[in-house]
This record gives sequence, C-alpha cells and structure tokens, in this order.
Amino acid sequence: MELNENIAGNPPFPGIIHETPGGGIVVSTFDSIINWARSNSLWPLSFATSCCGIEMMSTASAKYDFSRFGFEVARASPRQADVIIIAGTIVNKMAPVLKRLYDQMADPKYVIAMGACAISGGPFFYNTYSVVKGADHVIPVDVYIPGCPPRPEALLHSLITLQEKIKMGMTRDQIRADFK
Amino acid sequence: MYNQTEIIKDTTELGPEGELVVNMGPQHPATHGVLHLVVTLNGETIKKIEPHLGYIHRSIEKMCESLTYRQFIYVTSRMDYLSSHINNTACALLVEKGMQIEVPERAKVVRTILNELTRIASHELWIGAMAMDLGAFTPFFYAFREREMITEIMEDTCGARLTMNYIVPSGLMYDIHPEFQTKVKAFIKQFKEKVTEYEDLVTGNIIFQSRTKGVGVLTPEDAISYGCSGPVARASGVSCDMRKIAPYDAYDKVEFDEIIETAGDSFARYMVRVKEMNQSIRIIEQLIDNIPEGDFVGKTKNVLKLNKGEFYQRVETARGELGVYVVSEGGTTPYRIKFRSPGFSNLSVLDHIANGSKIGDLMATMGTLDLVIPDIDR
Repeated sequence: MELNENIAGNPPFPGIIHETPGGGIVVSTFDSIINWARSNSLWPLSFATSCCGIEMMSTASAKYDFSRFGFEVARASPRQADVIIIAGTIVNKMAPVLKRLYDQMADPKYVIAMGACAISGGPFFYNTYSVVKGADHVIPVDVYIPGCPPRPEALLHSLITLQEKIKMGMTRDQIRADFK
Repeated sequence: MYNQTEIIKDTTELGPEGELVVNMGPQHPATHGVLHLVVTLNGETIKKIEPHLGYIHRSIEKMCESLTYRQFIYVTSRMDYLSSHINNTACALLVEKGMQIEVPERAKVVRTILNELTRIASHELWIGAMAMDLGAFTPFFYAFREREMITEIMEDTCGARLTMNYIVPSGLMYDIHPEFQTKVKAFIKQFKEKVTEYEDLVTGNIIFQSRTKGVGVLTPEDAISYGCSGPVARASGVSCDMRKIAPYDAYDKVEFDEIIETAGDSFARYMVRVKEMNQSIRIIEQLIDNIPEGDFVGKTKNVLKLNKGEFYQRVETARGELGVYVVSEGGTTPYRIKFRSPGFSNLSVLDHIANGSKIGDLMATMGTLDLVIPDIDR
C-alpha cells in the first residue's frame, strides 16, 4: 500500500516520499509525524457518571469496538490518559472533582462532551438546582456529541473527528474555535 | 458548590488509632459510576465503610413536581437507566391507578415482554461489569454480544437503545415493530445456546468461586431490617418478588419461579441473577406467540389529572423493589413525588456485610450488590 494513499477520507501519513532503488526516503516535519502518531493512540479516561457510560461500554464491546481506532486502553488514572470522555451529567458536587481530574492529566489533553447533559445540562436543565449546565462551565471541551444518550456510532464519529483535527496539527484553541 | 479544599482534606490519612482511611472514588474504576466510599482500614481488614452520596444527584424528584403526568415518565428513564422500561412502567401504572384507566391487553403483554428483556439486558451488563471488578475482562464481551441483540430489538420498537420512553399512561407510545416477534424469538434461541458459555467462563471458574463463596454474607434477618430487595434479598432466602406478591401487567397470567438461594453470600447473589435470566426467558416464551390483537393504547384525555389523594405503586426492577409515591392535589402536576429506589437500601447494607473482611473482598461484595448510582442519588 502506498504510504500517502488516502484511506477512507483520513488524512494520509504526513510527508513526501522520494523513491530510491529498493525503497524510499520520507521527508517530513517532526510536528506532523508526532501529531500523526499521537492521534492514533489516544487513551481515554474511563469517566462515566451516568447513562452515557453504558453506551460508552457498548462502544468498547465487540460490535462497535473503538479499539479499531486506537482507543481501547481505557485508563482509570487521569495521569495515564490523553482524552477524557465526559459520559454523563456533571452536578455541582462532581464539578470540582472533574476539574481536578483534568488538571492531573498530562498535556496534550483533549475533552469530549458526550450527551446532552455534558453539553448543556440535558433533560435536567429545567428547574434543577444541582446540575451544572454543561461541562464547559468547568473544563474546556473539544468535541460535543449530541444525544440522550448518543449512539455508539456517534461516539465513534466524534473520536475520529478528534483524530483528524489532531492530524491536521490544529492547536486546542483552533479545534475549539472550529467547533463553535 | 463544594470547594476544592474540602475534597483535598479527605485524602489518605492516618486515623486516631493508627487506622488507615482510604477514599475510593468518586472517580474509581470499581465503583460503577460515582460512588464515594470512605473505608477505614486496620492493616488489610475493613473496620468501617462510609458511603458518600450526591455526586450524581440530579434532583429528579423535585423536577417531577413541575412536570405533568405525561412528562415526568421520561425523566425516570434516566434514573435507573439499566431498567428504564420498568421505571416507566411503574410511573404509568401509578397514573393509571390514580385515574382508573383501563389498559388494553395488547399493551399489557408487550409491556411485560419488554420489561423482561430489560431485566435480561441489565443482568447481562452486570455479569460483565462484576467480572471486570474481579479482574476478568472476557465475560464483558460475551455478555455484550447478547445484550446488543436486545438493544437492537428495543431500537426497532421503541426508537432508542437505552432510554426508551416507550410506555405511556394507558398503553404504549406506538405499536410494536412488525419484526418484533421474529427478532425476540431469534434472541431467545441464541441466548439459550450461549448462556452455557457464561456458566463455563464464570460459574465454574475456581478463582471466581473462591473469591465469592462465603464472602459478604447477608443473613435473612439483616436483609429484612435493612430493607434489601431484589436479587440481594432473594439470595439470602427472603421472598420479595413484586411480580409474585403484587402482580401487575401480565405477570399474573404467566408461570415462572421466584429464584431463592439460602447462602446469602456473593456467589448466591450471582446465581440468583443467572437463574433469573432463564426465568425471564420463560416468561417471554409464554407471551411472545400470544400477543393479543387490538389497540395498543387506551383512550384518554390529552391532559391527565389525578384524583386528589396519595398513590403508591411498586414494581420489580432488575435491582429490586421500586416504589413510586405521589401526593396529588387534583392538578396536572404532582404535589410531591418520592421514589423508593432499591439501590439505596442495598447500598446501606454494604458496611454491615463487608465489615471485618479484607479490602480485596470489598469489590466482590460491592459488585454483586449491583448498584446503579443515579438510581440511589436520583
């Protein structure tokens, strides 16, 4: 297979190939290769507070299997995780804990808000005193997935979207601006 | 809002008598959500467990007071999301009781089938999650294989995979999918073939048996005095199945056994759930070919108003007895609503049964209690 062949819409391996007899030389930049490598092995923090966590488990199971995209190493410790998937409602008591988990993660770190609760408080925005109306009041969010709960395909789509953004070498601020 | 220092203060420290205080959670791989356990240890022996709640308190009861009797049912799907159909059924039954609405036979039978499918799905997920707590990852994939078939059936008929919102007062939201019966039969066939795989993987496993047998023993007296229900109480020999004691929907027309074990340990709780899945299959088999023709929803007014008074309805969820208590002033919204969630009572017994055991056994004990934290905090 050609190195820079475009597979299913994914950005190809970054670099220019110079053919030589018996092989070739790839010329590229460090940044783009690091981004390419980083995007293919994102370890999520298993942070499930409510219903969306079950759909996240479905995505991990054999039928949807997010390990196809390099997400299979769900970590329980924030210090080993790259991406935090906020699966569920964040309430006032949980908000400082979420902030602390985010602070403990090593850079570069990404955040996916899964489900209506993590986006805006969800079905609980109405007349509640205890729910944070969106996780982005607490930590910055890169990708939002609507749904209550979102389908596993939607979660996969968001993971691939995040990968493509990282491969394109966008900074966190650019990613966030692009999604607004 | 809780401030940062309050949480930092709680970190691992030595207690007054040289005891070690360890915080488990709220972010912890084994707590199934966001339960916070403050465990006091003497060496490896547990001296005291103090559960801290409220990390997913969404004020569902208070919210329901401002929602109409048609609307509040949908919020309860998010309460115990693994048995969302059963939660919806409880609320629908309560409204029907309060207004004396007749439910068509077709709706009753379909509700019963869906409730039992939900119970199987919940127990399947529980097997996977509990095995993961004990360090086995493979049962998770096996259990989810069958669970996906159920979620597909739910998606066809209800339009959602997890929070279905399909049951409304006086019947169902819409009629069942044309392929509903075929798909359920295909599921039953596959489930019967594959359920032996769980037995081979988990039940007969010597590591699993030695980690669960004789661990976390709950006596029948304690089960009653703590208010335990569901598989937790039935594993201690207490008969408490609401489907038998107070039959609702089509449960009085089907034959099934109430599973009762007497050992009261973690292994007995596991066996109750595995055998319950087979009983659920038995119930579905009796009903799937006999869905009566007719309306799927009764005729009601658009605006529902409950009679003045107090109403209580209880059903058997996958975790135990769910009670819904409503005080009505005759208006379109409840004056006060209270859910009696099975998980709360089952969690309260944790300190009692895990006290004196080693910290490694705490996971086995807590895993078999099958806690869903949003159900407890509401």
